[in-house]
Amino acid sequence: MSTSSVKVRLLDIAHTRSGDKGDMANCGVIALRPEWYPLLVRELTASRVSAHYGDLISGTVDRFELPNLNALNFLLHGALDGGGTLSLKTDAQGKVVSTAMLRMVLDVPADEAASLHLPVYPAAG
Amino acid sequence: MTRTVRVASGQGFWGDSLDAPRQQVEGGPIDYLMLDYLAEVTMSILQKQKERDPQMGYARDFIGAIESVLPGIVNRGVKVIANAGGVNPVACAQALVKAIAKAGHGGTVKVGVVTGDDLLPRIDELLAAGHALKHMETGAPLSTVRDSVLSANAYIGSTPIVEALQQGAQIVVTGRSTDTALTMAPLRHEFGWAADSWNQLAAGIVAGHILECGAQSSGGNCLHDWRTIPDLANVGYPIAEVQSDGTFVITKHPGTGGRVSVPSVTEQLVYEMGDPHSYITPDVVADFTSIRVAADGENRVRVHGITGGPATPFLKVSIAYRAGYKAVGSLVYSWPDAMEKAELADRILRERLDRLGLHFDQVLTEFVGANATHGHLSGDGRDAPEVQFRVGVRGGDRASIERFTREIAPLVLNGPPSVTGFAGGRPKVEEVIAYWPALIDKRVVTTHVEVMS
Repeated sequence: MSTSSVKVRLLDIAHTRSGDKGDMANCGVIALRPEWYPLLVRELTASRVSAHYGDLISGTVDRFELPNLNALNFLLHGALDGGGTLSLKTDAQGKVVSTAMLRMVLDVPADEAASLHLPVYPAAG
Repeated sequence: MTRTVRVASGQGFWGDSLDAPRQQVEGGPIDYLMLDYLAEVTMSILQKQKERDPQMGYARDFIGAIESVLPGIVNRGVKVIANAGGVNPVACAQALVKAIAKAGHGGTVKVGVVTGDDLLPRIDELLAAGHALKHMETGAPLSTVRDSVLSANAYIGSTPIVEALQQGAQIVVTGRSTDTALTMAPLRHEFGWAADSWNQLAAGIVAGHILECGAQSSGGNCLHDWRTIPDLANVGYPIAEVQSDGTFVITKHPGTGGRVSVPSVTEQLVYEMGDPHSYITPDVVADFTSIRVAADGENRVRVHGITGGPATPFLKVSIAYRAGYKAVGSLVYSWPDAMEKAELADRILRERLDRLGLHFDQVLTEFVGANATHGHLSGDGRDAPEVQFRVGVRGGDRASIERFTREIAPLVLNGPPSVTGFAGGRPKVEEVIAYWPALIDKRVVTTHVEVMS
């Protein structure tokens, strides 16, 4: 049995949109194919996402599952430097918190990546 | 045969396309045009305008929008619902009635106006009666900022808009209605959905959520396959074709650009989403996890299966209050070593601000082009061709903020080299109007409907 793993960029398997609610940003992550959604559910845990953003957020991360939409919704507390008009940030409304999420790179077992036809990064040349 | 009601979105915020309302009315058959003008900060801006002139305080663009669609809505019998009234819906409706009369439609087009959302005149009465209006995130009571409050409005639901339609209004103007109520009201009016038909009401909310941001559900700001989305210069705004059971199709007029697809609609569904199990509105609590979406032909997406439950006993209140001042300045540094130069400029500036003894609640530096939006995830930005050094300050002492605005430009000649991008002049000092979300007992808020012609 193979235990090797490959790298898969979230950018290649999902699309995202984010917005604001006070000092909280929301980020919806939608699988590009329905069969990739369970991988997102397994890999994108609240703690993994919290560690990814690191000091970009000062609070906790909540996660909600929307299986009908093949989507996860994350609430990132304390992501907007006070939020709304108080915030001095360029992205005071969290509009591109979504693309920061897409910088995540997942480690996926090679055989699973092959059976799901996941785009592997860097692509084999 | 099932009847279909078509609700078209013509405005996603105050400042959205001036052409969209007319495109929606004239580009094909629709029954209702909904126009959303209000964001959290908009109410306080309008309140300031009303303080200067008691006849102002509404979205003036709306009058022009109606003038542009008037012949079309008269000929086609299209009705319009808009929350353009801001903090002065009556003045908005009066200006509208004048504009309609001037265009020669005074006898035919009735204007309904919904009031009762404005709680500013009642704040002290409400606080005295034990409504603490606590901040929904921090729990602090409103009394801590009472003297700085600029505006206070309850988010009201679809019921008063339905009443205005029942009384024969062709155009309904509201103040702080929820964005989703603008879509929900025509559906309740047309289909007679009962106040406890939770699943249908929830479907109306989901339709409203998809329409309320204009073209953001029909190809605008859509990340999925963005390179292939056609003709955004002529983007079609979304239309919901709704059936009495609450199922609906999102589409757009033929011959327009953009794209209505499962991904474009799904991106809008997750936009600004909280807990998807309970999307709380004054009319119903909708369950966004129940939503099913499916392709239904070219530029058509079918949305169905939506469930909901009883509304809560509360309304959300949007309160704006004065919270000091801020200013943001920037300079651009070029290769080689753009990032290093910008970091040196930041150190020099901060040392000068210290020596001047200025007082700020916060100083924030970003290096735009290197790390402004993605922070440490962006890499080190060491080899960037240029970096914009952007510094913002915020605080209660206006004089400190003013002095800050004089400290950026000197760096052009007395700071690090390879600097440009200062043609915009000194930063401007802005007053910060902050937002205070609270809840209030529904029974305290009474709405009124008046139909004028």
